[in-house]
Amino acid sequence: MRRIISVLLENEPGALSRVVGLFSQRNYNIETLTVAPTEDETLSRLTVTTRGSDRVIEQITKQLNKLIEVVKLVDLTEGAHIERELMLVKLKATGSQRAEIKRTVDIFRGQIVDVTSSVYTVQLTGDSEKLDGFIQAVGTSGVLEVVRTGVSGIARGEKVLSL
Amino acid sequence: MELLSGADMLIRALQDEGVEYIYGYPGGAALHIYDALFRQDKVKHILVRHEQAAVHMADGYARATGKPGTVLVTSGPGATNTITGIATAFMDSIPMVVLCGQVASTLIGEDAFQETDMIGVSRPVVKHNMSVRRPQDIPETIRKAYYIASTGRPGPVVVDIPKDMTSPNERYEYSYPKKVKLRSYNPAVRGHAGQIKKAVDMLLAAKRPVIYAGGGVILGKASDQLTELTRRLGYPITNTLMGIGCYPATDKQHLGWLGMHGTYEANMAMHHSDLILAVGARFDDRVTNATEKFCPGARIIHIDIDPASISKTVEADVPIVGPVDAVLKEMLSLVRESKARPDAEALAAWWKQIEEWRAFHGMRYETSPDVIKPQEVIELLWKLTNGDAYVASDVGQHQMFAAQYYKFDKPNRWINSGGLGTMGFGLPAAMGVKLTHPDAEVLCITGEGSIQMNIQELSTCKQYNLPVKIINLNNQALGMVKQWQDMNYESRHSQSYMESLPDFIKLAEAYGHVGIRIDRKEDLEPKLREALAMKDRLVFVDVYVDRFEHVYPMQVARGAMKDMWLSKTERV
Repeated sequence: MRRIISVLLENEPGALSRVVGLFSQRNYNIETLTVAPTEDETLSRLTVTTRGSDRVIEQITKQLNKLIEVVKLVDLTEGAHIERELMLVKLKATGSQRAEIKRTVDIFRGQIVDVTSSVYTVQLTGDSEKLDGFIQAVGTSGVLEVVRTGVSGIARGEKVLSL
Repeated sequence: MELLSGADMLIRALQDEGVEYIYGYPGGAALHIYDALFRQDKVKHILVRHEQAAVHMADGYARATGKPGTVLVTSGPGATNTITGIATAFMDSIPMVVLCGQVASTLIGEDAFQETDMIGVSRPVVKHNMSVRRPQDIPETIRKAYYIASTGRPGPVVVDIPKDMTSPNERYEYSYPKKVKLRSYNPAVRGHAGQIKKAVDMLLAAKRPVIYAGGGVILGKASDQLTELTRRLGYPITNTLMGIGCYPATDKQHLGWLGMHGTYEANMAMHHSDLILAVGARFDDRVTNATEKFCPGARIIHIDIDPASISKTVEADVPIVGPVDAVLKEMLSLVRESKARPDAEALAAWWKQIEEWRAFHGMRYETSPDVIKPQEVIELLWKLTNGDAYVASDVGQHQMFAAQYYKFDKPNRWINSGGLGTMGFGLPAAMGVKLTHPDAEVLCITGEGSIQMNIQELSTCKQYNLPVKIINLNNQALGMVKQWQDMNYESRHSQSYMESLPDFIKLAEAYGHVGIRIDRKEDLEPKLREALAMKDRLVFVDVYVDRFEHVYPMQVARGAMKDMWLSKTERV
């Protein structure tokens, strides 16, 4: 099952490599990984999506917690949560394709953020399935380039991940 | 306040930390530190002949004393040579701080001479590692390193020190932090009271209980509590290879150790038990055999300081995260207070069954009128040292024989590389023990394969007068490899035969020690006595043992705990 694990990490050199190293060292897989500093500059927040049985996920969270620089973590998929990913897509857009793409972008509530005579660059935010859905809708043949940020997530309601 | 250079601050911090010995080897990036070391006499430095041995020495010291060991090496090859030693300590959770020189911070990343990314290289085999970025951070970094290494589940910590951090030209105010607090690192100080209560109720209701203790009991200094609890309950106890000595091996409640080469009775008792109390053990593959066939009727209580060790390979029914000594103490007082008592009738039946198993195999081996059996060498050593020696072992058949036939009644006496299985560990580990326990009998039980992996340390032994007794069980082959080849590869002995062995007697003599060769059975006892009588000399005893001996019992691969070979022909 796919899980989203959110980690508060000391914002120190080498801390990220320890997290990434742990996954490869213990044969866990990383589907996406995002990391950036938080409002507290001594902390980074890292979100990793991974797949595994309950037993594997339990080990992943325990092993992550053992890393000295991991301050706190939460498996967001254990409760209600919001997940978002941002995608930029460069699409071939000539002739009648231009209107068709524009319509699809509107349906997916994306924005065309850059235009040339033959190319649209589209920005899209949502959960990963929505982004996959967009690619499917426009058809892979027209896609020139895709860049995705990976998943970020936050728990719904009052629950916060902080010190 | 006093002004000190980075190097002086480092050495002063080690003094303030109570470090007695540093094991190390100098080199360019560490020279400022070595100079600071020279100008003081509180911390003693032991110069090894290879950096790997420095780490094993620190490791032996830590295992025998329970205190963290300290290593100092230079950058590049000095640092990378420590990796096997660090990985050895990591697998067995041994507290240790490894200080590595590094090229100047201005040169890092430029492929400078003797530059290696030691933080990156060591990352998978350390509990933690740190790089010094400002000289004034040195005291706090050192305090943190020892704190992390020796608390919670212990382990090695590497501190990488760029050369400019220790420059004699810049001085800083020195003060050693009394306490260190890390918001992201708070090991448990006690177990969950509700879980402990539940565990005690289950323990007292068990019909076929067995206590399974691991190295965590020794590391957690909980042998007394474990022994008291076990005796009060009257339950059988077995321990892992790493747990040897946590409960007296000569006691009748002790079933010997369990797992791949464990005793018949320990493995049978585990398999047929209805309740396992696991204490500071981690259900590793050399213990459980196939996990899906592991102890089908048993409920499991698992006490460990490391939550990640619980339900990692075998699911625990009652997990208890906490220091083993504190948890066992609480269990003990609950057992005392409880109105419930162990089921005497069920326990009597269980013991009757266990005694039958014990009588069935009894660690027997075939003896011969003229060939020396490795097992009998160990039994004799046990007798001649009154079972009170520190025994450092290398890795292979001799290690298993030593663990099986030397009966350890005390913790911290059996010093071996259990998790990583590092050949070459034995001699330097024995040296680390001897240095700190000069009056104790310290044996290095080894084989002609393992000893040659760190034989250069005979020179260090001469320099510091470390009269360890090396017992080389010489079967002229890589015995354990050969055993597996006999059992699984139709005796195709691919590369397991050691041709052109050196004359170990001459070799020992060349290093200034005494060498004794034993190849006749009638010489065994008198010559071992002769060797042990030479208290102030290192004696290398080269014992020619049966070349065809196998270690038994041996669990059948991918079987249950109870599936074992008991000899070359008997399988149960």
